[in-house]
Amino acid sequence: MSVNLTLLTVMGALYACGIYLLLERSLTRVLLGLMLLTNATNLLILTTGGYAGLAPFFNKDTAAGDYNDPLPQALILTSIVISFAVTAFMLGMIYRTWVLARQDEIQDDAEDRRVAETPSFDAEDDAEIPVETSEFPLVARSGPDDEAGTDDEDTVQAGARRIPAADAAAEEQPGSRNTSPDQEGGSK
Amino acid sequence: MNIASFAPLAVVLPILGAALAFLLIRHTRAQRTVSIAVLSLTLLLECWLLASVWEGGTAAVSIGGWLPPFGIVMVVDQFSSLMLVVSSVVSLAVLIYASGQGMADGDSDAPVSIFHPTYLILVAGVSNAFLAGDLFNLYVGFEILLTASYVLMTLGGTGPRIRAGVTYVVVSVVSSVLFLLAIAMIYGATGTINMADLAIKLAGLDEGTRNLLHVLLLVAFGIKAAVFPLSFWLPDSYPTAPAPVTAVFAGLLTKVGVYAIVRTETLLFPGDSFNTPLMVAALLTMVVGILGALAQSDIKRLLSFTLVSHIGYMVFGLAMSSVAGLGAAVFYVAHHITIQTSLFLVTGLIERRAGSSSVDRIAGLAKLSPLLAVLFFVPAMNLAGIPPFSGFLGKLGLLQAGVALGTPLAYALVAGGVLTSLLTLLAIARVWNRAFWRKPEDAEHPDPVLLAAPVAAGPGDRAGQRVILLPRTMVGSTLGLVLFGVALTVFAGPLFGLADQSAQEMLNRSSYIQAVLGDEAPVPAIAQPVPAEGKK
Repeated sequence: MSVNLTLLTVMGALYACGIYLLLERSLTRVLLGLMLLTNATNLLILTTGGYAGLAPFFNKDTAAGDYNDPLPQALILTSIVISFAVTAFMLGMIYRTWVLARQDEIQDDAEDRRVAETPSFDAEDDAEIPVETSEFPLVARSGPDDEAGTDDEDTVQAGARRIPAADAAAEEQPGSRNTSPDQEGGSK
Repeated sequence: MNIASFAPLAVVLPILGAALAFLLIRHTRAQRTVSIAVLSLTLLLECWLLASVWEGGTAAVSIGGWLPPFGIVMVVDQFSSLMLVVSSVVSLAVLIYASGQGMADGDSDAPVSIFHPTYLILVAGVSNAFLAGDLFNLYVGFEILLTASYVLMTLGGTGPRIRAGVTYVVVSVVSSVLFLLAIAMIYGATGTINMADLAIKLAGLDEGTRNLLHVLLLVAFGIKAAVFPLSFWLPDSYPTAPAPVTAVFAGLLTKVGVYAIVRTETLLFPGDSFNTPLMVAALLTMVVGILGALAQSDIKRLLSFTLVSHIGYMVFGLAMSSVAGLGAAVFYVAHHITIQTSLFLVTGLIERRAGSSSVDRIAGLAKLSPLLAVLFFVPAMNLAGIPPFSGFLGKLGLLQAGVALGTPLAYALVAGGVLTSLLTLLAIARVWNRAFWRKPEDAEHPDPVLLAAPVAAGPGDRAGQRVILLPRTMVGSTLGLVLFGVALTVFAGPLFGLADQSAQEMLNRSSYIQAVLGDEAPVPAIAQPVPAEGKK
């Protein structure tokens, strides 16, 4: 009764390298890491089948301790097929990233960044003097202009109302802050 | 005649349908008909399974006549058949919605011809995972649905979808590797992967080994179910996919993970040794998830965070390992699949109508499209848990079970549950106020289209191509799903009865084990060689 030390060592090395590669930002390395991880797991399944050198199972008179368990090999076969499919798909995706962005790196989520940079102040919820929106204002307004806070900004006419010039300019830019930067414009 | 003999059809039918749909790749109309017909047929079959299991109890079928514990077994019990029916209803609604979208856009938008076969394979994977009677078949079910979901997630191959898809694929593969690792170790320790057989044999292992296997499985399923420390990937990857795809992912995929956790906790590793960490994870999932939702301005991202947050409720119910708690969790899963999917479908409609899903841009939708407002309002209030909706009933059941348990941690979770419910209401009410109630000119970055004089929803003009903004099929399927959500409220009594009954059977385990291994199989008492320590 001895465990095959070589297999165990190889498995450990594969796991270590796989996890190391997985933590990289380069997609190709991530893919290599995943391949190492799945192969390490396949080796682990193989070791559950019995010790190296045992006979295959072909005769029902063989004693239980004398043959290799065939089930783990069936499991490995399935998992190899699955990891093959996933690897092929990952390669396709990596190629597509290369075609689209000319880089082989995981990119940041633009919307995530935007939310992270948004100040905690929210004009709608936290403004000190909320703009009176009811039809029967409690306090009579002094000025003729009811658009609070927009007086000292440059504004342009947009349709039926005035919007800040900075926003209007941003609308014209390809990398507008209103739309997501993809080619679909973020609205599907 | 064993009713379970027909259970494999729930997997086989969608796969055959996928093959047929793939053959018809050039005939979009025939492809749609085939997909919808196949899925309807599957739904009917599953309703029949549910009805007979409700009366006749758990049933199992050995594929190919290979007897358990050696062959592949499929088990239909009340929990799995309920999950099958709810998931099929939801996926049928989403399929009709997606077909409507394809027809309205003239098929130029996305490769819809690929969508149908892939979608059916996804459904087959989900059914396989729900029916699996052994761990490896569960793994295969997961892989079928994940591989299909990789394709659906990156449909069209645009930049943002590929970016999101990479995160999603890598995280999913890592969780699958962990699951496979756990299977290998379990096989090495016990020599079987049949779940009923494992329920007997795992009890004989010493405690250290058993805890190791338990933790491995929980981590693997926790990634799939998006339980807090492992949930970071979900809001990053879901929102970029096409609306129907996000809807079906949000409804089904995380719930398959929850289903697997339920099976692990009740069948394989019963007892309360891991209840404390699970409860802490549930509390953190609820609170951290909903705090994330409050920071979002995009409705899809906001809903992804509420999805993570509400997974916490299910884990909470499960972690109590009492009939009341588990029953409420089962009810909550059924409720949440329906509601979350319908909210994502409505968000897809909002995006079509208003041109964006960001609440900074859209406004005044209640006036523009009152139907859309109603469609959003009902499931939104349901999600937030406003009485009398099913969300309220499910949460009430969970809170009652928590109070009945009476430990300090359970009270903390009850408080956390109420807080999360209120914060969900806050997040949803903000969307409602901004997107539906305020005037278009009050939006931070108003959409020029919305500022223009309101026109009736009719054929619009987008890039020189006539587009129907709210096609009848899409609105109809969304309406159907919203009504199904309301029906869950109306028929909450029988449904809660079924959920409690299934919880009782799962905690008792004897019907599951005896259905698989025969009537004389020994049902071990809940294995606790060393009493669980530190349980307050």
